[in-house]
Amino acid sequence: MILRTLLFSVFFALAANLADAPSALASSATEAALAADPVAEKRLQALSEELRCLVCQNQTIADSNAELAQDLRHEVRTMIKDGKTDKEIVDFMVTRYGDFVLYRPPVKGITLLLWGGPIALMLLGFFVLQRYLRQRAKRVLDAEQPLSADEASRAEALFKEISQK
Amino acid sequence: MNRYYWILGAFAALVVLLGVGLGLNPRDVPSPLVGKPAPAFNLAVLASPDKTLSPKDMHDKVWLLNVWASWCVSCRQEHPLLVEFSKKGSVPLVGLNYKEVRGDGGFDVSKMAAGEEKKLAFERANKWLADHGDPYTLTVMDLDGRVGIDYGVYGVPETYVIDKGGVIRMKHTGPITPDVLGKKIMPLLAELDK
Repeated sequence: MILRTLLFSVFFALAANLADAPSALASSATEAALAADPVAEKRLQALSEELRCLVCQNQTIADSNAELAQDLRHEVRTMIKDGKTDKEIVDFMVTRYGDFVLYRPPVKGITLLLWGGPIALMLLGFFVLQRYLRQRAKRVLDAEQPLSADEASRAEALFKEISQK
Repeated sequence: MNRYYWILGAFAALVVLLGVGLGLNPRDVPSPLVGKPAPAFNLAVLASPDKTLSPKDMHDKVWLLNVWASWCVSCRQEHPLLVEFSKKGSVPLVGLNYKEVRGDGGFDVSKMAAGEEKKLAFERANKWLADHGDPYTLTVMDLDGRVGIDYGVYGVPETYVIDKGGVIRMKHTGPITPDVLGKKIMPLLAELDK
């Protein structure tokens, strides 16, 4: 039952995510109309979704309508027109705003906890769970003691009583 | 019993962790520009629009660059502190006026005639400094925010400490508080000015 509830909630979370995607595209649709080049526009869209808007920190510069996000989209578009590669454009952003501007920051010393943390926590969880289960199994086994002579005869009597009925 | 202490300990650790997290300022993003040369610019000076200033002109000086705009509410909060700081006259304080007209939601620059934005920006900036006091050695005008992008500006006000070699030594995002000024900026200036 619990498992089913869990599965349902995961399913709905995923569905909600999918439903959100087109609206993100629509928010920059007005801008897309301005650009004649669909290939460049696709690159702009892809790049914008990798870059964090520093004003509203949980949005990409594709989603955000903050002034800065508009300026940065404009900047990315200019760089695409100038024939810059995706890497050059991302580097441009990182030298100004740091790794924080990337939604997928590179794995390095300072971001190790960010990338490895969830895995480490999961392993810790498994370790604790395993220890707990072992201890509990041990406690249950320890609690099982053979019946004393008195208890055995009482159990015998009860069995007889039941089978006679 | 032992087991409960363990759970209590884990809970206490979580509370401390989350408590520290709440105390941190999410806007305090470490700037990759610290330790790098201040990005070049060449912008019109507010007091004399036909002149321009570039960071090269500040060579051999320790100076502060303070990003502000008249529409920026938090700038008002730090402004008295800057005015007081400027009276000491220890180091030059250069103002970078960031998107004076464009940053203000009430204007649509695409509908303005050529030159109108510039005129309006200078008027507004001058009026604001006349009203609130002018702590700046001089102010340069970044009308379209392009220089702001080079400096990684994302929340006005921002303040940069730049050393004699033109290298950014510190960046503070958000209004300067007496605490930040006294405990971080002033000691750094004293050290750099040796």
